[in-house]
Amino acid sequence: MIDLDKVVSSAIAEFSGTNDVNHLEHIKARYLGRSGVLSEARKQLAKLAPDARRDTGARFNEAKDKIEAALAARREGLAAAELDSRLAGGALDVTLPGRGLARGGLHPATRTLERIEQLFRSIGFDVADGPEIETDFYNFTALNQPQDHPARSMHDTFYLKGAGQNLLLRTHTSPIQVRYMQHHEPPFKIIAPGRVYRVDSDATHTPMFHQVEGLWIDEAVSLADLKGVLTDFLRKFFEDEKLRTRFRPSFFPFTEPSAEVDMSCVFCGGAGCRVCGQTGWLEVAGSGQVHPNVLKACGVDHEKYMGFAFGMGPDRLTMLRYGIDDLRLFYDGDLRFLAQFT
Amino acid sequence: MKFPESWLRSFVDPKMPTQELAHVLTMGGLDVESVEPVAPAFDKVVIGQVLQAAKHPNADRLTLCRVDTGGDAPLSIVCGAPNVVVGMKAPVALLGARLPGMEIKQAKVRGVESSGMLCSAKDLGLSQDHSGLLVLPADARPGADVRRVLDLDDQLITLKLTPNRGDCLSLRGIAREVAILTATPLIVPAVTPAKAALHEKREILLQDTAACPRYCGRIIRAVNVRARTPDWMVRRLERCGMRSISAIVDITNFVMLELGQPLHAFDNRAIKGEVIVRRARQGERLRLLNGQDIELTPDVLLIADTEKPLALGGVMGGEASAVSDSTAEVFLEAAWFDPSAVAGRARRFALSSDAAFRFERGVDFAATPEAIERATQLIFDICGGAAGPISEVAAALPQRNPVRLRSSRVSKIVGVQFSDEQIAGLLKRLQLPHTRSAGEFAITPPSYRFDLDIEEDMVEEIARLHGYDNIPCRPPRAALAMLAAPEGRRPLSELKRILVDREYFEVVNFSFVEAQWESDFCGNTEPIALENPIAAQLDVMRSSLMGSLVANLRFNLARKVDRVRVFEAARCFSRSSSDEDPRDPARALAGYHQPLRLGGLAYGPAVAEQWGMKPTREVDFYDVRGDVEALLAPRGARFAPLAHPGLHPGRAASIILSGAAIGWLGELHPRWQRKYDVPRAPVLFELDVDGLAAVDVPQYREISKFPAVIRDRSMEFDEGTPVSGILEELTRNRPPLVQDIRLFDFYRGKGVERGKKSLAFRVVMQDTARTLTDAEADAAMAQLTELLAAKFGAKLRS
Repeated sequence: MIDLDKVVSSAIAEFSGTNDVNHLEHIKARYLGRSGVLSEARKQLAKLAPDARRDTGARFNEAKDKIEAALAARREGLAAAELDSRLAGGALDVTLPGRGLARGGLHPATRTLERIEQLFRSIGFDVADGPEIETDFYNFTALNQPQDHPARSMHDTFYLKGAGQNLLLRTHTSPIQVRYMQHHEPPFKIIAPGRVYRVDSDATHTPMFHQVEGLWIDEAVSLADLKGVLTDFLRKFFEDEKLRTRFRPSFFPFTEPSAEVDMSCVFCGGAGCRVCGQTGWLEVAGSGQVHPNVLKACGVDHEKYMGFAFGMGPDRLTMLRYGIDDLRLFYDGDLRFLAQFT
Repeated sequence: MKFPESWLRSFVDPKMPTQELAHVLTMGGLDVESVEPVAPAFDKVVIGQVLQAAKHPNADRLTLCRVDTGGDAPLSIVCGAPNVVVGMKAPVALLGARLPGMEIKQAKVRGVESSGMLCSAKDLGLSQDHSGLLVLPADARPGADVRRVLDLDDQLITLKLTPNRGDCLSLRGIAREVAILTATPLIVPAVTPAKAALHEKREILLQDTAACPRYCGRIIRAVNVRARTPDWMVRRLERCGMRSISAIVDITNFVMLELGQPLHAFDNRAIKGEVIVRRARQGERLRLLNGQDIELTPDVLLIADTEKPLALGGVMGGEASAVSDSTAEVFLEAAWFDPSAVAGRARRFALSSDAAFRFERGVDFAATPEAIERATQLIFDICGGAAGPISEVAAALPQRNPVRLRSSRVSKIVGVQFSDEQIAGLLKRLQLPHTRSAGEFAITPPSYRFDLDIEEDMVEEIARLHGYDNIPCRPPRAALAMLAAPEGRRPLSELKRILVDREYFEVVNFSFVEAQWESDFCGNTEPIALENPIAAQLDVMRSSLMGSLVANLRFNLARKVDRVRVFEAARCFSRSSSDEDPRDPARALAGYHQPLRLGGLAYGPAVAEQWGMKPTREVDFYDVRGDVEALLAPRGARFAPLAHPGLHPGRAASIILSGAAIGWLGELHPRWQRKYDVPRAPVLFELDVDGLAAVDVPQYREISKFPAVIRDRSMEFDEGTPVSGILEELTRNRPPLVQDIRLFDFYRGKGVERGKKSLAFRVVMQDTARTLTDAEADAAMAQLTELLAAKFGAKLRS
């Protein structure tokens, strides 16, 4: 009688001995085919007694199952190996760069303006806008600077030709605040970003630059609130909770009391360096409680309402934040500069 | 305002070092801009007297000197200065002395020993003058330390004064402030009125008492105008940034710096009759001290005599009546001019005037006589002379009305609780005279403070002395309300990001440009011009961003960048006849239209060079149209042919959204491409941000559960038929079951008749209630074909 265990182990050995799918099928035929080893041997069963036949038949089935399982495993193994080798041939150099559009970029001043807007919006300040060609009234008179006021010499103003001194390019974004107050009801909580113009040109001044002014008018908005809001803003803007601020008494025609705002130098932390002129402080904003004359000119009840206004230069904040040392780069359109802010 | 610390300390001497004093001033509202030593550090420099000066044996230009430096024996020093003479006194740096940038050692100069150095002002770092030795006063004692003799261990303090603090434009004013801020006593030397030795006086006639309510003048005879101004006075003037001119002028300047009252000295013999303070007559002329000849108008205040104008009141004296070397008697003026009578006048005539600077900001009207007495005293001391009595005419001086200050208001504005007691204490320190009732004060502003007018001014005084540092930083508290965020309007930031995602870089350009750009690119020959442009090529306001974007392109081409995508969002400016609309920033000003525009420029390869892509073609109209459509999406605009002075006549389109032209797109006109030297044609666009911002809030339409039928159709049209018209027609008149029609191919050439083009459309048909039959789809397609045939004479392609 045939040794079934031997047949099984020999089949398994032959299966694993081949790497060729076709050959594997040949081997299969030799063992399991109609005239294969098992089929031939099974023919002998008829000669056996019924009991032994049942017994041996069961062993035959067992052996067949084992061989078929080994065959299936080997088929799978070979198919996987074949797939692997085929895929290996189709491998990409994944280190090659990607294709398609690159990204442009926003101007660094826009990045700053958007961050400022975002920070102030987060505490409920709305964003207001206004014209850049303005009248003397909105730029000066309504802001408590009548004609010939000495404070006017603080701003060298561009005037439109042929319009006397009535039409000008706004020297600050305060006219936006005046217009806003005229057409809204208090309380007011706005920031007014935009381009402004002054007759000035050197390494730290360009005849056009950006400004952001802020205004908060309600029934009891105080200098303490001003200090709180601006300090919080500067800390969030520069992402430095250790940043310190200093408020100094100053003068602006449109605020009373007024304060200049300094912050501890972001480069040296206040120890003194070239950027802060060894003082440890950087002047970043002008501010104060809105002058009653301004509220009056805007039709606001100045006994009932009060609050603060401030103005700052986002260009300077941009320079400090990104370490830019020449303001003129902002207005050249040099792609080598702009591409650094993608 | 620049001054030496020593002068300030002669009035008030707080026990604190310079830096601390500077900090107190800054935090008190008088911003200290700088503190710098009068002279750089140096030592071992003494007074030397030149005893002998002989020619150097080996060098023509050198002198061999023997110099007395107070030691046992004179020193032998070689000197190259041309002004060395026997007897003169000059600084000598002794051996071992350290000067700015050098150390003095025993040396041989052209073979002769030199034991020290005779110094110029530049050698000591005192000035840039190295023309010769620094000549020292004849009475200086040889061997004395130069630093002490010239008072060099002093600091120059520069204040950046705000225009409200006219009271601090004098040493006495600053001292008063320091006394308040540091609680240190103020020592003001009393001025003793001069004895009138003469009887003569000039009559004063005030014709405009509002502009000049107070005028004091006196004659001083027998003055020696050629007297030398004493060194101490010259030094103080120089350290305040003033040049010494002559004794009389120096004295008037000195008193102005000391007390804040501008003075003027006339040559008394140049005045005929009485002194009249009046408005100028139209066309009257005056030649000023600085040689400038000006024509006057009636809003200018004059000091005149019975015959002619003498001086511009509160601004500058006239040349004809100025004190000169031959002056023997002077008429000294101290007047008080109202700020409004002086304001702006100096600027109008482009004059730099210390007097006007002070009068504009407000001069103490109570101190006028004191100033003239002080000046008289100094004239006697320095120039001698005999004075007449003061003629004083005084009309109504400014009223100082009491200002009400409520304690509750102080607390509310500052955000710190103040008691009546605290406020009273602070007012006392501020030396502000006041009366008090419960919760309220009535404060009379002093004659020297022109900035204290209303309650808020007083609040600032309280807050400033209390210390801004002592006001807490309070986190803001307010009623919470959400901000509106309309979904139907896209913020500019979102539009910008669409362009950034399509490789554009944002630029920011000046709003003023060259007039030529306006006329070339916009055909605008009458742009809005500036009266005082910063430069000739920045003299008009741009009506379009185009010129600036082309300039950005040129800038980058010059730096070897060959692919440029830039955009800018800014207001543009044009004249308009439309009415003003105060709520719309673009129309807030009557006569001017200032819309916010978004413009872009694309130049160079359509796609950046990269591996695995065919060499790319140049960017064209349709690439940039794609960018514009991305900005417009989901809205679709109509593009209509456009004639634009800046753009290629056949490659420019107007962009029409909901019937309104909101911008344009096109290739730069070849004429300007050549003129502006741009190798290939850039494509530009410009859109109204306002028009772009509006979008519809999406409205859901039911999605059909039944399959869509898709059919394609190619048809031939005349070459000249614009595609937009065809698509509009198809959209307008499509059968109801047609959901979408899209152009997917455009062809002309072989197989298509000349003068014709073939367009292929993909038509999507669907019904929400049932599956369409072939017959229905066929019928719809036939309807479309007929429509195109009827409207455009289109033929089905075989």
